Amino acid sequence: MAFTEKDVRYVAELAHLELTEDEIKKFLPQLDSILQYVEKLNKLDTSEIEPMAQVTYPGSENASMRADVPCRYFSQDEALANAPEQGAGCFKVPSVIEREE
Amino acid sequence: MDFTTLTISQIHELLKSRQATAVEITQAHLAHIEQKDKDVRSYLSLCPERALEQAKRVDAAVAAGEALAPLAGIPVAVKDVIMTRGHHTTCGSHILENFVAPYDATAVQRLERAGAVILGKTNCDEFAMGSSTENSSFFPTHNPRDLTRVPGGSSGGSAAAVAANLATVALGSDTGGSIRQPSAFCDIVGMMGTYGRVSRYGLVAFASSLDHIGPFGRSVRDVALVLQTIAGNDPLDSTCAALPVDDYVGALTGDIRGTRVGVPTEYLNGLNPEIRGNIQKGIDLFGKLGCEIVPISLPHTEYAIGCYYIICTAEASANLARYDGVRYGFRSPQHDDLRDMYRKSRNLGFGAEVKRRIMLGTYVLSSGYYDAYYLKAQKVRTLITRDFVEAFDEVDVIVTPTSPIPPFKLGEKMDDPLQMYLADIYTVTASLAGIPGISVPCGKTPSEPSLPVGMQILAKHFDEANLLRVADAYEKAGGFKIS
Repeated sequence: MAFTEKDVRYVAELAHLELTEDEIKKFLPQLDSILQYVEKLNKLDTSEIEPMAQVTYPGSENASMRADVPCRYFSQDEALANAPEQGAGCFKVPSVIEREE
Repeated sequence: MDFTTLTISQIHELLKSRQATAVEITQAHLAHIEQKDKDVRSYLSLCPERALEQAKRVDAAVAAGEALAPLAGIPVAVKDVIMTRGHHTTCGSHILENFVAPYDATAVQRLERAGAVILGKTNCDEFAMGSSTENSSFFPTHNPRDLTRVPGGSSGGSAAAVAANLATVALGSDTGGSIRQPSAFCDIVGMMGTYGRVSRYGLVAFASSLDHIGPFGRSVRDVALVLQTIAGNDPLDSTCAALPVDDYVGALTGDIRGTRVGVPTEYLNGLNPEIRGNIQKGIDLFGKLGCEIVPISLPHTEYAIGCYYIICTAEASANLARYDGVRYGFRSPQHDDLRDMYRKSRNLGFGAEVKRRIMLGTYVLSSGYYDAYYLKAQKVRTLITRDFVEAFDEVDVIVTPTSPIPPFKLGEKMDDPLQMYLADIYTVTASLAGIPGISVPCGKTPSEPSLPVGMQILAKHFDEANLLRVADAYEKAGGFKIS
């Protein structure tokens, strides 16, 4: 399946990236060649193969279970310290609700 | 005496016998950085106050007659994708240019508790995506062995710092070879433990099923000492293994007689003849050390690059969704509404390679393509892992080249991402299988320009002690300077 300019624009939209026209021109052949390359995986019959989402090892399941106890963590000030914009102890963003006049 | 060329054990002896202080060792490194890093450009930022405070604590402990941990007073560089509380952690990206880490990574905390002195944060490809450190948003790092060439990547700054004696050891991160390949390019030692051996708490996520933190050093012993300190269970990382940590330094006996060394035929076919020649000499050296050389097959190797780049970009597209200009990082000053703010912040904040990978990852996860790409790659990952499990029934370690190419010139490969990806072939397989790997120097290419060659040694899950024993015996037998 060939990757088209329409695909580039659609994927950029999904990924919240606003690409420039130059970037779209540059990325299209690059992404297309990478996707053509990975097509070779289809040469393998994997109908009987289980997918692997994570490396697992004996004990790994138990290792992630522990008592849920609160510990000292960030203060509000620390959590907000890197915020581009903040106010009243919250992260500030452009208004998302339109007011009726 | 030049303190910057010493090993961990040599510095430890000087401190213990009071022939040098930790402050003197730290100052010597900071002075050397001041002079030499203008050319290498391995550090993005330094933290001299934090370093000297820590060095003073070590000196006070010596004065009080306290026992010194092996890493006390040892200068360490940390890749800038690893959190250091109160200091910049940029990931080599404009989007985090002003980000100050609110906490220390577990690996950093463990090093500092052991008395190690953190000198600063090192350059890397943006969000650890790349193989040359040229994808840093700030500047490229130069290979100290030849300043016209790249140091490899993505942990190129950490590798270059250790190679240029700008730190005794360093921390890097490895997702598909980002510790091992720059070690090979810079002629030093770098190791990735088993997936889950070292806590990733405080490592900025790139591809969560593949990311590791690991050490760089100029000797196997130094790498073993750092791994010993940072390995082990961490309640703050649910993927970290609750398995005991072996005595890595005690494993370095120099005796590897009877070890079965596997050589995968698929890895040597079509390889650059000069690199192949050096690797063959390395394999012959294992024979002389009393190892049994066993040809093995890893039949799914040719699918590894495709498999890796689907999985790592899919995970990256999800992990990097958090950079939206809301809670931290760059926010575009111009925007119409919230959605527009996300898009403009991300587009101005991220560099080309990061965008390319987010695009690829978003595509392979998108509706209609998930099964064809992502699910398929996860199944191929099972086959690649199975190759290793079967091979390790017959052998104890596997020896391969680290990179199919020697260090290349800055700017040489920037325009062809696929060609750059294909050069990761020998490192991504172990990443997909989650097994540990180390890269050690394996001489220089015989013809001019004479460039470093790296040899990769792989072992079974959680068999780091044996892996380090084999690498150390090879070093002791002169393998680093093979010719």
